[in-house]
Amino acid sequence: MTLNDIWFVLFIVIVAGYLILDGFDMGVGILHLPLARSDIERRTFLNSIGPVWDGNEVWLVLGGGVLFAVFPLAYASLFSGFYLAFMLVLVVMILRTVALEFRSKEKSTSWRTTWDVVFWASSLGLALLLGVAFGNILSGVPIDADGNISVSLIDLLTPFALLVGAATVAMFAMHGSIYLSLKTEGELQARIERATPILMVAFFVLNTLVVVAMLLFRHDITERYRADLWPVVFPAAALVALVTAWYLLRAGRPLAAFVASSAMIFLLLVSGAVGIYPNLLVSTTDAAYDLTIFNAASAENTLEVALIIAFIGMPFVLLYTAGVYYIFRGKTVVESEGY
Amino acid sequence: MDAELLSRIQFALTASFHFIYPPLSMGLGLMLVVIGVLYVRTKDPKWRQLSFFWIKIYGLIFALGVATGVVQEFEFGMNWADYSRFVGNVFGSLLAAEGVFAFFLEGGFLGLMLFGGNRLGPRMWLFATSMVVFGAHFSALWIIMANSWMQTPAGFTIATDPAPTRAVMTDFWSVVFTPSFLPRLIHVLIASWTVGAALVLSVSAWYLLRRRHLDLARASFTMALPFFVVFAVLNLTYSGAEQATEVSREQPVKLASMEGLWESTSCAPAYLFGWVDEANRTTTGVAAPCLLSLLAFQDPNAVIEGLDSFGDAPLPPVNLVFQVYHLMVQLGVIFAAIGVLGAVLFLWRRRIFEARWVLWLLVVTVFLAEAAITAGWWTAEIGRQPWIVYDVLETSAGRSPTLSAFDVAVSLGMFIALYALLFVLFLYLLNKKIQVGPEPLEDLETVPVSDLPDTFRDIFSRRGRAADVGAER
Repeated sequence: MTLNDIWFVLFIVIVAGYLILDGFDMGVGILHLPLARSDIERRTFLNSIGPVWDGNEVWLVLGGGVLFAVFPLAYASLFSGFYLAFMLVLVVMILRTVALEFRSKEKSTSWRTTWDVVFWASSLGLALLLGVAFGNILSGVPIDADGNISVSLIDLLTPFALLVGAATVAMFAMHGSIYLSLKTEGELQARIERATPILMVAFFVLNTLVVVAMLLFRHDITERYRADLWPVVFPAAALVALVTAWYLLRAGRPLAAFVASSAMIFLLLVSGAVGIYPNLLVSTTDAAYDLTIFNAASAENTLEVALIIAFIGMPFVLLYTAGVYYIFRGKTVVESEGY
Repeated sequence: MDAELLSRIQFALTASFHFIYPPLSMGLGLMLVVIGVLYVRTKDPKWRQLSFFWIKIYGLIFALGVATGVVQEFEFGMNWADYSRFVGNVFGSLLAAEGVFAFFLEGGFLGLMLFGGNRLGPRMWLFATSMVVFGAHFSALWIIMANSWMQTPAGFTIATDPAPTRAVMTDFWSVVFTPSFLPRLIHVLIASWTVGAALVLSVSAWYLLRRRHLDLARASFTMALPFFVVFAVLNLTYSGAEQATEVSREQPVKLASMEGLWESTSCAPAYLFGWVDEANRTTTGVAAPCLLSLLAFQDPNAVIEGLDSFGDAPLPPVNLVFQVYHLMVQLGVIFAAIGVLGAVLFLWRRRIFEARWVLWLLVVTVFLAEAAITAGWWTAEIGRQPWIVYDVLETSAGRSPTLSAFDVAVSLGMFIALYALLFVLFLYLLNKKIQVGPEPLEDLETVPVSDLPDTFRDIFSRRGRAADVGAER
């Protein structure tokens, strides 16, 4: 295994960390308007993610930094190529953060309703945009000989990318609803638990459509699966994780179900990564222009330094992330100092 | 306007708007740690009340800082793709390290800091606060390190094969400790602490003028004043002077631009204010003789190289650099003067609490302090032009080749609208919190202090506070 491979794996782990952690708080946002009705219920939703959302978002910042350090050519091509799409990502991320912070600062109903709508719409928009970006990475982008991508925002909105976007929204909504079962009680919890199976089915249907579309149209991603059969364990395990989450929820064990749902997100990402490897960005212009984990990478000494930094830093990250989740475990109670 | 110019404007706008908040996170953070220590030491409830009050304000500042900070990391790739390709090997690791070491520390402990008042005992709350504040400083360390590499690049070689041309690291420690790193870091930290102390003084002075929360206002005023005085004086006499020395050594073109010095001169003057005529290559204004030579080389007869002596070397917009640099210095002198005046009036039988005009001066000081630190940042960044990596890569060579002027105009328009909205809301909410003021402890505490877990063992041996509090209701 080369350093480049190690970094590919670590990068996938970081992206998975982001999707699992910020995924559930995006899910809470997507369900904010549909499921939380009264002011106290909405504050319960916000406070359920209140102590952790910022730490969750750091995984995205870390992913961006790691991509810059380790695969700078992919970082430069992706971010400049998807310029307006990423600009929208930034706008919705900013709106989401400030909606959370501003929402309960005023008593007025119209103030609160406005920010509730902003929080819901920005969470939904962020999930959709990330899904669309991911769909485009799966289906390849027009990279030229200099590594530049020239594609307009409209070109990114292919039916396939929109389908992946919709599946991502459903996935985060489902994941968020399982998290909310853990954090709420009584009537609100019952309402959430009635919604979860519907979200699970919706996600399953959309995700199946994504898989079918890939098998039908996206040959190079599925090529590895045709060549070797063994990688099929990843999507198969993802399916098992989804079914397990379903049964655990019915058995009244939301924490275990949340773990299963997190595992499923990780396995789905790995399934996609296995198909893409060793590419980071597939060129639809010419296979010679693909940005791979080798030709887009930094020099070996940078990869080593970055690895040392990761090995020093990540244990601390996991330690205090676990500590914070432990301290804030249990049901969410709305207090005067909360959101 | 072309995509490059628009990208420059956008980066300047987003970085400057972001830079309003981090100095406050560091400076106000330091004040919060001091307040926390005072409470733990004295058990005087007024410090606890002040913790609750300032931590709420800190939360607001922090949220804006986070929201606008993500933009910066993405913008390198979005608007400066060729720069990113060129520096990724060197610069990227420092940004990644900032994420791993600093942002997770802040993000992890932020919830405990903001919601810790009724969950953690005073010492543990102080610990969580200190971790967030330490994280904010740690983040500054990495970002100043990365920026210093752009100012005084070292520890790299340029590789051309395979394309694209890029800087490849040869020595990690040279990349980390570039010649400008430590002087710049110290200057930014002390300046940020000045801003934080100014914020506390400003709000306290306002309460004193309005005769509200008098006990609390006097306590926090007395707490913040010595810090402000010391930092304001250190900015001028120590960290600012150190940085001037460093710039004179490492970036002589920037130094000559800052002072509008065209001809090489011994006993070079430093302007108090003035105007640079770039077309005729002259500078007019009121100057103190020999001061620049003295500051830069600690020798009044030292020769300072003028802009004319660099031949065809490209110059930054000299007058702009001159003006922002002088604005910073002028404000720095004013802060030191206000600080010394405040200290004298305080020591002279606490007369400062009755000296309304000095209190008014202190109310506006925080705005001037933000202006000064921004002007300093502009001096560093504009003074580096036309280079994005000093003497190595020009800014225009770092742009994203694929961007159209239309793309960047759209994004710039979005940022202007969004940031204007955020800034208005920020000021509105900040003002509202200040008008409401510190709330009585009875309204804030839902659990008696003595019942809160105040050691690590307590936290991890009891049942979670969330569950306990829930059961009580």
